[in-house]
Amino acid sequence: MIGITKTFPGVIANDNVTLEVAAQEVHALLGENGAGKSTLMSILFGAYNADSGTIRIHGKEVNIKDPNVATELGIGMVHQHFKLVHNYSVTENIVLGMEPKNRFGVLDIKSAEKRVAALSDMYGLRVNPSDLIENITVGAQQRVEILKTLYRNANIIIFDEPTAVLTPQEIDELIEIIRRLKAEGKTIVLITHKLKEIKAVADRCTVLRRGKYIGTVDVESVTEQHLAEMMVGRAVQFEIEKAPAKPGEVVFSIQNLSVADSQGHMKLKNCSIDVHRGEIVGIAGVDGNGQTELLYGLSGLAPVAEGKILLNGKDITNATIRERIELGLGHIPEDRQRHGLVSDFSISENSALKNYYLPPYSKKYGILDYAKMDEDAAQLIEQFDIRAGRGVKTSAGSLSGGNQQKAIVAREIHLSPHVLLVAQPTRGLDVGAIEYIRHRILAERDKGRAILLVSFELDEIMNLCDRIATISKGAIVGIFNQDEVTEREIGMMMAGSKRTGGEA
Amino acid sequence: MKSETRQEPLSTRMLRSDGAVSVLVVLLGFLVGTILVALVGRNPLNMYKAILQALSGFNIDNGKMNVRYIGETLNYSVPFILCGFSMAFAARAGLFNIGGEGQYIMGMTVATVIGLLGPSITGMHWILAIIGAMLIGAFWGGIVGILKAKYEVSEVVSTIMLNYVALYLSRIISLQLPGASTYRTGSFPETALLNNGFFKTITNNSMLNNGFFLMIIAVVVYWFIMEKTNLGFGLRATGFNKEAARCSGIPVVRSIAISMAIAGAFAGLAGGIVALGSFNYGRILSGMDNYGFNGIAVALVGNNTAIGTMLAGFLFGLLKNSQALMQGKQIPKEITFIIQGLIVVFIALRSAIAIYFAWRNKRQLQKEVLAK
Repeated sequence: MIGITKTFPGVIANDNVTLEVAAQEVHALLGENGAGKSTLMSILFGAYNADSGTIRIHGKEVNIKDPNVATELGIGMVHQHFKLVHNYSVTENIVLGMEPKNRFGVLDIKSAEKRVAALSDMYGLRVNPSDLIENITVGAQQRVEILKTLYRNANIIIFDEPTAVLTPQEIDELIEIIRRLKAEGKTIVLITHKLKEIKAVADRCTVLRRGKYIGTVDVESVTEQHLAEMMVGRAVQFEIEKAPAKPGEVVFSIQNLSVADSQGHMKLKNCSIDVHRGEIVGIAGVDGNGQTELLYGLSGLAPVAEGKILLNGKDITNATIRERIELGLGHIPEDRQRHGLVSDFSISENSALKNYYLPPYSKKYGILDYAKMDEDAAQLIEQFDIRAGRGVKTSAGSLSGGNQQKAIVAREIHLSPHVLLVAQPTRGLDVGAIEYIRHRILAERDKGRAILLVSFELDEIMNLCDRIATISKGAIVGIFNQDEVTEREIGMMMAGSKRTGGEA
Repeated sequence: MKSETRQEPLSTRMLRSDGAVSVLVVLLGFLVGTILVALVGRNPLNMYKAILQALSGFNIDNGKMNVRYIGETLNYSVPFILCGFSMAFAARAGLFNIGGEGQYIMGMTVATVIGLLGPSITGMHWILAIIGAMLIGAFWGGIVGILKAKYEVSEVVSTIMLNYVALYLSRIISLQLPGASTYRTGSFPETALLNNGFFKTITNNSMLNNGFFLMIIAVVVYWFIMEKTNLGFGLRATGFNKEAARCSGIPVVRSIAISMAIAGAFAGLAGGIVALGSFNYGRILSGMDNYGFNGIAVALVGNNTAIGTMLAGFLFGLLKNSQALMQGKQIPKEITFIIQGLIVVFIALRSAIAIYFAWRNKRQLQKEVLAK
């Protein structure tokens, strides 16, 4: 497979990008969020059509107008968000859309199961064909997705951010699987923004930045630092420098908290954490292990089933959201579009979203002082370097993701809360914004705020936090000081096994 | 974005403005209406003559002026505008109030009851009746708001059902009133009527009455609450993004209940004004007046703003007043309903225009890229 050239105007997601992948190599596609990696791969897989450019496979020009054509050409894709039916078995999911029939036209699941088992053995995927999807781990579900492509005789397999949902141990396993696939003659395209993985498994790497082709390098011959610079376009600071924490008294105490999700399943069980003044406590864990419920329970978005929450010694377990805010609980929510901002409101209105009803924004008889709002918002825009085309009147929805997040962070810090809940603060942001927001969070810590940080990025947790609690299946597995624990140990705990000697 | 700093051509800026689109849509509605009139073999010019007369009082055929038509057009507009506000107020908070009709009927009924049985004090009586109409409207809308906010009952369903409850409840109550026959109650005392001698004089005995004042006050109140108060701020935030509003501590449950109650008060006010400003007796409704439903269209055309909704309500009042004049000129009066309907359908153009712009931006970028 040599030579894919294509431009994809629209929002110029791909601007004259070339990707050449040699047969039987592992080729990484590196770029920040929004650099156009996924768009490019979607074109290759037939989900979008390119506006110009050509795709050639083994030198032959092809027209991939929909995913079925891609499948026929031997291209398979392992999506970031699995496309699996949860109450179907592994085999049923794999054959979905091309069910084998016997000569009476009846579904012949047995022969399919045999083939799935054979493929699973051949590539060391360790999947039981008759298990139900809902009963197997996320890592195993991903292997089912891989099997799906193999079952369809894929020779080129695209992995879209495959490690985003995995624990460190599962990542190691995946890397083994990728090596095995390569050894068996498959060609792999690996989409990622994680440099370590590229160093670990890829042969060559193509870098995209803002839709443009930057270059293709041999992974052997370059350093991580060099790759990062290609990706971002300037020198990058990996580790954030921070002074040691000076924790004070406990200001935020979570005691035996249990919270159910909207379906009534108890997703957070008996969770206890104390957060002191001037420290950042991180919650490490794989997505979906109760972090969302923890944040909902603490912020008041969901009712608490059991347990207590104390803020400065005051019981806020059953307080309304507004009462919590008034008592000094700040919240940078996980889903900034849904919970953080009103996208049709201006930056100015969004900055006042939590305290518009109080002086100085509200005067007598509830009359609003928009001039004062604009004035304060203009200051925040300057202080927090929010890039907005039309100043304070810019609608929040028209800002880029990084600037939206800056606007939220600006509002929360401006409210000067005692306790700041921070969820996934840098997800989907470019490196510049990530650095900036991390520094701001640290500055709040140094001001003596208590900060609880939830993140699925282990790097972020290790970098930023003073103490780290690991959550698995809704329970806290252990709480350690940052310097007392390694990434591998946290990885073990994320998968659910306790480390001995922990304080929890 | 580079393209944003460039000055756009006037046509583009017009299409991006909601107000300009509304005007365009109205013109389109009239254009198609004109074609339809021509198709059935009548002279479209007569339609415009009738509309001109309803608008300015000037009869182009005999050159005579009668300001009464202006008064009637304004008077007809009042319930359209107020029911438009009923829809618009709820819509700004993210709710779909189809219950304007029921809130209107309840307002009308209570105004009739107070008009007939209330204390016959000059200057007080009608005010009392109007306040009663607004309160019952607020109650009728508020029930829906509470059901929605507390128990997540769809406001669309509950408002539609309450419209029928209102209609038949109104009949039951009105039939008990003194002097009730099959279609009317006894006469109101003079103190209950909204008559305004000054308006009558300057508009050559039109029906224009104190309701017009109340409507003007309502426009100001609507604008003030929405744009200037923290109540309106919270309601708009709830309407745009309920989840973000809740997460920011805005009491969403209360916002929804309050907005439905205020919406109901607007429709109730419309009912009170029609009850005490049209006839000197109470009506026993045999069907719905449809002001509440027309209010939905009015708010759509007016884009839920104070001024826009007022102008759209005037348009609907104008068309209603032209109906009789059209019939006199061999134009079927149904054409006004067709034009109203067309306008509502064309409002969907807003999204079509958005799609057009997306497509055009794409083309633009494509050209820029290929030029390189």
